[in-house]
Amino acid sequence: MDLTADMTNQPFPTQLFGDDAIDTAEEKAKPSSRQTVGDPFVENPRMICRDVYVYYAEKCAINNVSIDVGRNEVLAMIGPSGCGKSTFLRCLNRMNDTVGTCRVEGDIRLDDMNIYDPSVDVVPLRASVGMVFQKPNPFPKSIFDNVAYGPKIHGLVSNKTELAEIVETSLTKAGLWNEVKDRLHEPGTGLSGGQQQRLCIARAIAVSPEVILMDEPCSALDPIATAKVEELIAELREQFSIVIVTHAMQQAARVSQRTAYFHLGDLIEVGPTDRIFTNPRHQLTEDYITGRFG
Amino acid sequence: MQNTPQQSPITLRINAGLKKRYNTEKRFKRMGISAIVIAMTFLVFLFGSIISNGYTAFQQTYIQLDVSFDQTFFTGENLAAANFPGLVKKTLYSMFPDVTSRNDKKLLTQLVSSNAAFRLMGMVTKDPKLIGTTQKIWVLADDDVDMLIKGHYDRNVAESNRRINDKQLAWIDALAANGKITKKFNTQFFTSGDSREPEQAGIWGATRGSIYTLFIALALSFPIGVAAAIYLEEFAPNNGWTDLIEININNLAAVPSIIFGLLGLAIFINFWGMPRSTPLVGGLVLTLVTLPTIIIAGRAALKSVPPSIREAALGIGASKIQMVTHHVLPLAMPGMLTGTIIGMARALGETAPLLMIGMIAFIVDIPGSVTDPATVLPVQIFLWADSPERAFTEKTSAAIIMLLAFLMLMNGLAVYFRNKFERKW
Repeated sequence: MDLTADMTNQPFPTQLFGDDAIDTAEEKAKPSSRQTVGDPFVENPRMICRDVYVYYAEKCAINNVSIDVGRNEVLAMIGPSGCGKSTFLRCLNRMNDTVGTCRVEGDIRLDDMNIYDPSVDVVPLRASVGMVFQKPNPFPKSIFDNVAYGPKIHGLVSNKTELAEIVETSLTKAGLWNEVKDRLHEPGTGLSGGQQQRLCIARAIAVSPEVILMDEPCSALDPIATAKVEELIAELREQFSIVIVTHAMQQAARVSQRTAYFHLGDLIEVGPTDRIFTNPRHQLTEDYITGRFG
Repeated sequence: MQNTPQQSPITLRINAGLKKRYNTEKRFKRMGISAIVIAMTFLVFLFGSIISNGYTAFQQTYIQLDVSFDQTFFTGENLAAANFPGLVKKTLYSMFPDVTSRNDKKLLTQLVSSNAAFRLMGMVTKDPKLIGTTQKIWVLADDDVDMLIKGHYDRNVAESNRRINDKQLAWIDALAANGKITKKFNTQFFTSGDSREPEQAGIWGATRGSIYTLFIALALSFPIGVAAAIYLEEFAPNNGWTDLIEININNLAAVPSIIFGLLGLAIFINFWGMPRSTPLVGGLVLTLVTLPTIIIAGRAALKSVPPSIREAALGIGASKIQMVTHHVLPLAMPGMLTGTIIGMARALGETAPLLMIGMIAFIVDIPGSVTDPATVLPVQIFLWADSPERAFTEKTSAAIIMLLAFLMLMNGLAVYFRNKFERKW
């Protein structure tokens, strides 16, 4: 994509927030400030979100959030419970449409396409923005059918050999192939929790999405399974953009390149992960990552 | 309890209340057990009374006649037009040559069912070579003879209070002494339709009527009910109209079924001009009766499918209808089948609405299709229970046994299908 064309899509100049001068403790943004600090925008982004508001009935769940999702990066979203990070994540592939009272305002673009435009069909959108949920939720079908389901319904394959190839590649990418290749036709629900979650990741990547959204993918897993999934996320970054919501700050620090901190519906701070964890520019961010609340 | 003296005050207080807690538990257990015992007692009593009344109906008394198919009887071209009742009478007179008076002859012929002549006619038309031979043929005894043989009539009451008088009693004893009267398995009961004569009445007509009626009801109410449940649960917008529809469906489930019968009479028969007394109209009415049950059960089954499965399907880009047909419906199917079976079981036992559309008519012929006049098992039970003849008492109980067997067969099938569709998690 042409870089200059991309820049024109950004209504705000990046420099507005990219102020490197504020990096000493005295100059931290005050806790009362709800202005986003740090670097929410990147060059040549995959997804662009501008002035996003989300309401549940009359309650405002997301308040004026603007952020970019870069290519081949892992963007971690952290924040205390109820801060709206999952809500925001679910806006990115319009999963919030299923909640009747939910209303989204603002501009969310995937490769220049406004995904909330009335002409946009959610079916292809969700094929290009895949999702992995908090609780592993394989279909009560065989392992093979779980992975094959996406390619089948989207008509991505023309025969069984191709389908089998996609299933094998996806399971291999998800690091599950060697564990399940001898029992592809056993139910996916019979796997262990960590394997189930990797099966769900394989299911998501089987339709070759551009972005994968992960909503606390490791919160139901033990440390060993978590390590495997994190390893997998690092590998998947080479092909996909990944947005991950997590409660574990160590996890955010381990897997992500950029981190966004949400607080009560506001996007407080965005920046490179190592800087957020070493030198946060907002008092709220510092309080959260040092464990003063959350 | 521990015997150590160093018990903390907390432990002592907990221990003090323990006995009361356990007593409550014991009391509740005892009440539960007694409830089950009472329920089982009534069930045993019910089954015991039905079976003890009804099992004799599965046997019927037959009398052996030595019929000589004399050439003189078959002079005409048409064999079926021959005087078969006369042949039966002649045979009986020859078996009891000492019966001479007109009155006694009449009493004698009453021992054999009117069905005997038809049986002989059937044999001759099927095999004309019988003419000119003498055959030992078992024919149905009259229902009063049957009752006597089965011990339902008391021989010791005054003759005037007896359906069988002393002379007939002597003839029956003579037949029994010669081994010419016996009880056989009652195939007639399972193969024929209703009759005014208890010994000829059968359940097959009503069973066929029930099968046709339920088939129509199932074929209509299952797809309509499932489709309605899916639409209301998954697609319908959440507004005042859907609330109104939901309230109405819940109310319809509680409407007395005879009202649906009146509706069927007014709409299906009087307005649409469908044939009355038929399984077609009966099935349509029972569809109306069962639909609310199926819709309510279907919606409950759809609600119980975990939302994570819906999210998984939507998250991968399935359209809403794909989500429903590929994932939600298969998981909800066992629950929907259970609801359907509850509805069908209700439909099977339903009598009142069918009275309104004329399925109470006395129908001898076995229905060949859904547009033939028919009756159904519960209506047949009602008709027989209403008949004065003593022999219909056991027929009524036998019909109830058939109805229960039908019900168990249906429920067995339902359990089989439900287990087949049930998925492991």
